[in-house]
Amino acid sequence: MSIVGEAAPAAGSNPWWPTPYRVERRVAETGDTVTLTLRAPTGTAPPAFAPGQFNMLYRFGVGEAAISIAGDPARPTELVHTVRVAGKVTESIAGAAPGETVGVRGPYGTGWPMDDLPGRDVVVVAGGLGLPPLRPALLAILARRERYGRLEVIYGARSPKDLVFYDEVQAWRRRDDLRIQVTVDAAGRDWYGDVGLVTARLPDARFEPARTSALLCGPEIMLRLTARALEQAGVPPERIFLSMERNMKCAIGLCGHCQFGPDFVCRTGPVFPYAAVRDRLDRREV
Amino acid sequence: MAPNAVGERRRLLRADFPAFLTALRERGYRVVGPTLRDGAIVLGEIRDETDLPIGWTERQDAGTYRLVRRDDAAVFGYTVGPHSWKKYLFPPRERLWSAVADGTSFRLEPDAAEPVADAFLGMRACDLAAVRISDRVFDRTAPDPGYHGRRRRTLRIAVQCGGAAPTCFCTSMGTGPGVGSDHDLALTEIVDPGPHRFLVEVGSEAGAAVLDRVPTEPAGAADVAAAEAAVARAAAEVGRHLDPAGVRELLLDHPDHPRWADVARRCLSCTNCTMACPTCFCSTTEEVPSLAGDRTEKWRRWDSCFNLEFSQVHGRPVRQSGLSRYRQWLTHKLASWHDQFGSSGCVGCGRCITWCPVGIDLTEEVRAIRADPTAVAPPEAAP
Ligand SMILES: Cc1cc2nc3c(=O)[nH]c(=O)nc-3n(C[C@H](O)[C@H](O)[C@H](O)COP(=O)(O)OP(=O)(O)OC[C@H]3O[C@@H](n4cnc5c(N)ncnc54)[C@H](O)[C@@H]3O)c2cc1C
Ligand code: SF4
Ligand code: SF4
Ligand code: FES
Repeated sequence: MSIVGEAAPAAGSNPWWPTPYRVERRVAETGDTVTLTLRAPTGTAPPAFAPGQFNMLYRFGVGEAAISIAGDPARPTELVHTVRVAGKVTESIAGAAPGETVGVRGPYGTGWPMDDLPGRDVVVVAGGLGLPPLRPALLAILARRERYGRLEVIYGARSPKDLVFYDEVQAWRRRDDLRIQVTVDAAGRDWYGDVGLVTARLPDARFEPARTSALLCGPEIMLRLTARALEQAGVPPERIFLSMERNMKCAIGLCGHCQFGPDFVCRTGPVFPYAAVRDRLDRREV
Repeated sequence: MAPNAVGERRRLLRADFPAFLTALRERGYRVVGPTLRDGAIVLGEIRDETDLPIGWTERQDAGTYRLVRRDDAAVFGYTVGPHSWKKYLFPPRERLWSAVADGTSFRLEPDAAEPVADAFLGMRACDLAAVRISDRVFDRTAPDPGYHGRRRRTLRIAVQCGGAAPTCFCTSMGTGPGVGSDHDLALTEIVDPGPHRFLVEVGSEAGAAVLDRVPTEPAGAADVAAAEAAVARAAAEVGRHLDPAGVRELLLDHPDHPRWADVARRCLSCTNCTMACPTCFCSTTEEVPSLAGDRTEKWRRWDSCFNLEFSQVHGRPVRQSGLSRYRQWLTHKLASWHDQFGSSGCVGCGRCITWCPVGIDLTEEVRAIRADPTAVAPPEAAP
């Protein structure tokens, strides 16, 4: 980070400071979603991250938003984020062209329980933009595929047009060491996949409940229903992990916005074991 | 004059109090403390003793506050007002950083201004407790540079209460009225029996360094006894109570208690309680770009869990109902604060009771739930 003046403390010593990263690549995923590949300032590398963590991305003069890290943990020099336009800040981030600058601070939060997964069947359920935060975990599993049991992926989106990482998902469908079911809420006649909610695909997934860990990311209603169905199927609730979303202004436990009962989602989340949050998840307006 | 030592007790005559204010300024402090403004005792800069509300006190109760004259010339003869010291340590609006455009990139500007060193004159025992809590709150993932930058420079001059307001319940929360040992100097005002004077307890080297410049004498047994009597009088005057035993479980285990709906019908979601509360810390951030677009500033300002947008996710607030927002405030303050910061978030100062426009009293709300924890809402009356 370039800080002018002698009095300035060392880079990174202020938790509020964003570091300017350069946009290297910008890929349109859907009509409103892009994937950015970012480069750290010359001579530096992005800080190491755990799959499931997020950064605060910043646009000069516009503001900050919490965005999950979507890149391959095996490629630590590039920082990858998938952003859907939801408002002013995400619109500006998604509009950042190669060569432009996006500020970064992070990574923040808890990650997926990667150490818990070897030797177990892994069920991954992604709803909509829930896939990008799960992608680093999936890539890490696929890189050492032999260490895991079965790998079942269920990916749901509103419509075929809303599927992200389309080519990669197609490539996964051709692999024989994982099963992936792609389902959409509604589709035209040119869609050959499933139609319906992700929970409806669960009975078709092949896994041994008692030796399964599940990773869930998506809208809260989907998390609630899927976690419930997995528990009913016999997956231990402490082995079901879900990534929660709350309003976030600081990501460092200071602004209070992300509170979810006693938890600050930015610190003790976003990934929680279902067993720890089930009561709150079932209650409205916590 | 022999230098003062930590732990020592000195007698400061009222007549020498101006010298004490002068000594603070000579040591480089900006003195802030209680002052009269807009019909209340608020916190502001104290240039000389005429800025202090000498001879004034207040009558406060749920939803009301009124200044009244005392029949003596006590300097600190009142309790807490609408302001708390968080307004200095965690200002209502604060610039976090600024940056300038640099080609296609940006560059952060160093903050040139050194924060001023404040002497907080007149912190009550509950105020000290609130700052102890805030010290932990603002030291989470990383210490907040703004808060801790100011906090490190702050001189805490406590004043032990000689009386309590009807809204005070520090004795319930174990925070007062006597001050403990985490102050730089602690004053107890003794008006009567005369002479008008202060018992001063030295709490730190920084406090001692100020006192060294002020004429004082060793305190006598009569000074100590009078100060203890003052604090005992305050403790006896405390009229509100909140039984802290099991409050965390009581509130968390009864999220559907009908009292939540009852209080939600009275609550205006005005945010006064969260603004007045010395420990509420919620904030939001704002980007403030220059018109020309070549410069920008990141600001932080107080926010409140009573605001609808506070919990906004995907265009919809998580806490849509007033009920859920009041429940967030009270369960955070009295219950989940324990899980987060190892103590209650309430110090019993009573500000939220006084400054609630409809007089909602958290001690009353807790009592109502405790009286009948398993109460269920009566069925809707048939039309
Ligand atoms: C841990 C975490 C990870 C996230 N990961 C991604 C990601 O990988 N990709 C992505 O596109 N988005 C992600 N989001 C959501 C993203 O942060 C919000 O869409 C963004 O903050 C909206 O900001 P905005 O200024 O563009 O929109 P605004 O104009 O501020 O708001 C647009 C709408 O989004 C709502 N909103 C505000 N804050 C949030 C929030 N934190 N979450 C959801 N909605 C919000 C607003 O209430 C409003 O309705 C993540 C959020 C969290 C908490
Ligand atoms: S909750 Fe009310 S009484 Fe307790 S510290 Fe805050 S303002 Fe004071
Ligand atoms: S009570 Fe509300 S405003 Fe106060 S700290 Fe808790 S969430 Fe923030
Ligand atoms: S985002 Fe600010 S406390 Fe979690």
